[in-house]
Amino acid sequence: MSGSTAAPAGGDRVTAALAWLRRRLTGEYEVDEFGFDPDLAQRVFLPTLRPLYRHWFRTELIGADRLPARGPALVVANHSGTVALDALMLAVGVHDATGRHLRLLGADFVFRTPVVSELARKAGVTLACHADAERLLRSGQLVGVFPEGVKGVGKLYRDRYRLQRFGRGGFVAAALRTGSPIVPVAIVGAEEIYPRIGDIRPLARLLGIPYFPVTPAFPWLGPLGLIPLPSKWLIEIGEPIDTRERTGDADDPLLVFNLADQVRETIQQALHRLLRQRPDPFGW
Amino acid sequence: MGSGHQSAGVVVVTGVSRYLGAHVAERLRADPRVAHVIGLDAAPPPADLAPLLDGVELVHVDLTRLTTVIDHLAAQTVVHLGVITAPDPSAGGRAAMKEQNVIGTMRLLAACQQAPRLRKLVVRSSTAAYGASFRDPAVFTEDAEPLEVPRGGFARDILDIEGYVRGFRRRRTDVTTTVLRLAPLIGSAADTTLTRYFTQPVVPTVLGRDPRLQFIHVDDALDILHRAVVEDHPGTYNVAGAGALTLSQAIRRAGRIAVPVPEQALSAVAATARRFGRQGPAFDQLDLFVHGRVVDTGRLVTEFGVTPRTTAEAFADFLRANRGRAPLARGRVLAAERALLTVRERIRSARGTG
Repeated sequence: MSGSTAAPAGGDRVTAALAWLRRRLTGEYEVDEFGFDPDLAQRVFLPTLRPLYRHWFRTELIGADRLPARGPALVVANHSGTVALDALMLAVGVHDATGRHLRLLGADFVFRTPVVSELARKAGVTLACHADAERLLRSGQLVGVFPEGVKGVGKLYRDRYRLQRFGRGGFVAAALRTGSPIVPVAIVGAEEIYPRIGDIRPLARLLGIPYFPVTPAFPWLGPLGLIPLPSKWLIEIGEPIDTRERTGDADDPLLVFNLADQVRETIQQALHRLLRQRPDPFGW
Repeated sequence: MGSGHQSAGVVVVTGVSRYLGAHVAERLRADPRVAHVIGLDAAPPPADLAPLLDGVELVHVDLTRLTTVIDHLAAQTVVHLGVITAPDPSAGGRAAMKEQNVIGTMRLLAACQQAPRLRKLVVRSSTAAYGASFRDPAVFTEDAEPLEVPRGGFARDILDIEGYVRGFRRRRTDVTTTVLRLAPLIGSAADTTLTRYFTQPVVPTVLGRDPRLQFIHVDDALDILHRAVVEDHPGTYNVAGAGALTLSQAIRRAGRIAVPVPEQALSAVAATARRFGRQGPAFDQLDLFVHGRVVDTGRLVTEFGVTPRTTAEAFADFLRANRGRAPLARGRVLAAERALLTVRERIRSARGTG
């Protein structure tokens, strides 16, 4: 194929952009079996989110060297913010620190919603279920999970930084079965972006979403209310928990539950510590 | 058991007047390990398939009226390919398709059960057996069960067919039973609902969805069906090319133009088409275009010792034979790119000299 070399000389930006556009238009890129499109993530999704990460939220990533440079790992974080921006910001932070794509696990309503489901799959998100989590870990991926799920992201502002229940700890079983380390992560800052004070249930039911948020700015200010408040973010990567010797524990619900609780406690303590480091939610 | 060299004896192939059946029968007839090939079908083969069936004994029998023919033919192996994937309005539409798939399979398996000489059964199933739901894992392994009863007629037939095969397996443990769940077939010679879809210049898609698709190359499917007859591979296997293409990507590679349509509108059209027995987008296609479907092929690769062409390779082979009227063909996109760059060069040099 002479396509890219036949173009006029000069490896400048216009030429490169046109070549990229041509590759997109002719489908000459790869997606994996989960529908992840690394080319699109690298060229479109991450560059779009990066200004938000760096300049709007002024995110500080602490302990990035604890993220494994290769091999599987299950990154477990707290979930908050009404809209799951924390997951996207964590993916930006992890990518820019390690060059690795964080493969997020999402709730089923993500895949029920048109447009959202399409974008999610392209960004590498897949359904939070045993089969997908284990398949990703077995292929050596970095997998991101938010065990609080909708209970965490959709909690009211007055419950901020109080971790919700970690489900039944299914994520722990997936890590144990594949011998992948569990990396606890605490995220501070997302709670303040859309301080949710209420819910319009009939609208939520109508739209098929878990809740229809009411914040001091939304829906009163219309589209303006969609702008996240510029809180200061701290993301702390905790010490990885080795699971290689404990593969057999995956089938014991109590051991799984206890380990999940241990991870939860680690994240909760990290949150308290980070909050003391950040007395003003909107400071620099 | 376990020997690949033992004779498969007399092999009965159902659906022999259709593409897959005729080609499998031809391959088996040419194989010295197979003593004799008998093809069953209600209809005589069409002119383009008839030459393949030279040397194959044809028995015109309707599967839905089958009684003891399997034993009378002294069959040691039955290959059930008489499964219809899409309704044919000229041949009775959906009602006839269901009759053939469900009642036909039930009758055939009843006849197989009463054939003491039968040693092996190979059934063509489909990856549609996994259904379609938002709560499905991204990649299905053979042990996954459908979470909801699918809307599509073909998918529901497949669930019924596999149910009958499970019953047969329990009753005839002495018969080596192989179920092959085929991904949609594609290749230079394939002519299916899906291949016709990709050869239209403008193709409808579901708004806000970009499903992952997987294909199996026809030649690889034939090879695997052939192996299932002459080798021993009891169990259920996904048969697909590794990897996936998204629908938008496949459309772009084919140089076609996608027209997104809201799912509700497509559903209404499909419901109307079903009601009036007309050809149109079926719920089978619609579910595939909303949810997508990707399967794990690890078991096939390990047990059969074959690696089919990947989904992308199979699709590329299909495109080589079906360039047709592609409005966004790669050549045109390249030409547009070159033209734009040339225009820019001209502007640059004009500025430089002027």
